[in-house]
Amino acid sequence: MHSVVCIKQVPDSAQIRVHPVTNTIMRQGVPAIINPYDLFALEEALRLKDRFGGKVTVITMGPPQAETALRKALSFGADDAILITDKAFAGADTLATSYALAAALRKLNELTPVDLVFTGKQTIDGDTAQVGPGIAKRLELQLLTYVSRIVELDLDQRTIVVERRAEGGVQVLKSSTPCLITMLEGTNQMRFGTMPDMFRAARYELQQWDRTAAGIDDVTKIGLKGSPTIVSKVFTPTPRAKKAEMITVENGKPADLAVELIARITKSFPTVEKELAKRA
Amino acid sequence: MSEETQAPAKKKRKIVLDERLQAYKGVWVFVEHERGHIHPVSLELLGEGRKLADSLGAELAGVVLSAPGDEAKEYCNTAFEYGADLCYLMQNEVLRDYRNDPFTRGLTELVNTYQPEILLLGATTQGRDLAGSVATTLKTGLTADCTGLEIDPENRSLLSTRPTFGGSLLCTIVTLNYRPQMATVRPRVMAMPEQQPGRSGRIIEHPLAMVETDIVTKVLEFIADDTRDKPQLPFADIIVAGGRGLGKPENFQLIWDLARVLGAEVGGSRPVVQAGWLELDRQVGQSGKTVRPKLYIAAGISGAIQHRVGMESADCIIAINNDPNAPIFDFAHYGIVGDAMTILPALTEAFRQKLATLKQAG
Repeated sequence: MHSVVCIKQVPDSAQIRVHPVTNTIMRQGVPAIINPYDLFALEEALRLKDRFGGKVTVITMGPPQAETALRKALSFGADDAILITDKAFAGADTLATSYALAAALRKLNELTPVDLVFTGKQTIDGDTAQVGPGIAKRLELQLLTYVSRIVELDLDQRTIVVERRAEGGVQVLKSSTPCLITMLEGTNQMRFGTMPDMFRAARYELQQWDRTAAGIDDVTKIGLKGSPTIVSKVFTPTPRAKKAEMITVENGKPADLAVELIARITKSFPTVEKELAKRA
Repeated sequence: MSEETQAPAKKKRKIVLDERLQAYKGVWVFVEHERGHIHPVSLELLGEGRKLADSLGAELAGVVLSAPGDEAKEYCNTAFEYGADLCYLMQNEVLRDYRNDPFTRGLTELVNTYQPEILLLGATTQGRDLAGSVATTLKTGLTADCTGLEIDPENRSLLSTRPTFGGSLLCTIVTLNYRPQMATVRPRVMAMPEQQPGRSGRIIEHPLAMVETDIVTKVLEFIADDTRDKPQLPFADIIVAGGRGLGKPENFQLIWDLARVLGAEVGGSRPVVQAGWLELDRQVGQSGKTVRPKLYIAAGISGAIQHRVGMESADCIIAINNDPNAPIFDFAHYGIVGDAMTILPALTEAFRQKLATLKQAG
């Protein structure tokens, strides 16, 4: 069986800082990582390989530096990795991204038929959760989002049963392969890479596909040209007209600070006092 | 690559709509329901959609896809009471449970037939699954998790604002020569509008030519969540939240102590959830829950935008931080500069006494 996991290299957003004076993003020194949500997808694909054999291919669309993310995925145990990279992809929004990835997947499917496509539920930089569904629609694959567990997979019958996180409960869905699964976070834990896999990842001859290799003729569908949305401005939120009223007391004692704070709240926020009265 | 990594356009791009697209009129809200209940986010969106429709001088429509039955009409009536002028109603047995294929096909068909200029959905597991699929099928733009929606008075286009760069900045996204303009909004981001009992509207029914055998994916079972001991942050009235400034996981006990006295829910910032100090359902912020409590107490939380967008609608925000320059003091109502380790226990005691006084006063 052949699983393809779509991953994205993202800046570690926990370490992004905004310059206090210029309000611009300070990118320098921010490490690039595999989107953490994608690791749940990769681990799930690796587990299926452990059970059913076959192989796991990871793909990513991004700049040449995204190679690092692919090698990391190889070190966890993925068999093959393809970097889809072309200047023409720059500035893509989610619609243009799903177009390019769908084209690459179509190509990949010609080489080795694909049974399952995996993505993370969303990325930590874009947070859109749109590319997975987009790929599924373009390839006319059954779409199974927010999957918390793969209950059954029958490769002969080409059927799959999954548990899907829905609003207010879990849907148990039966579908058919090939399909696209977006994995929910916290559903598994990424394994440690083995020594042999780490060596293999370092030496692996990574394939790079430009748009032609990915089978894309129409440049109006990719990159900035293929994107219906544009960012018209980036800004810092307007500060509240009034900054916080700072509570201080002469002796600096925490107990007195606390009493002073509560006195001020109940004076200015009757709704809070009402809420407290309910609890008394 | 996504909207996030794009640089903002240097010059303001002029949006010129094809004549074909100028026919797209009106604001739509997808009315999400599961197990017989409308999701509150749909009502919040009707409130927001009402404002957009008014500023466009257009109509606001609810879109209901449902199994045939009385509840379908009930959903429409509720949509009217929350601001819709009309509802598009599609009834078919295949729409009994949410599934991607029939809902995508149904909503796509409605859009192509009645041509709205704006389509809003809740950023729920259902709304995001559907929005991404419908936008791709229609080949139009979709902006996720918006925190602000406005109409550009110059060209009537939708300005969708959302956090970017992991929540450190905000960006405004516009849709170029494509319609409808689609956006999702997370629950509790927009205020719940007043219900107007008895307000009514017209229903436009549209059939969905689909039968069960057309659909590959089947629902075998629905296992409802046991909500008894799940945290319900989005609807909590008082929340006590802690951040990395608390130093170590054991210190979080002080947050729980205060929460117990206040009958409050406990929340946290992303770093403490990522560090495993707190369960995922308690994360407040752009990548966690959006909350609108009456009182929000934040201890050891610096107040990055990522966190701020999830809680700034709280009526009263109290911040405790040992850094006098922490950004949280820019938008909290009250601030205490100091060590949360000593202030939290003092606050717990003071609130205990306050509650005792209130009890005596009856």
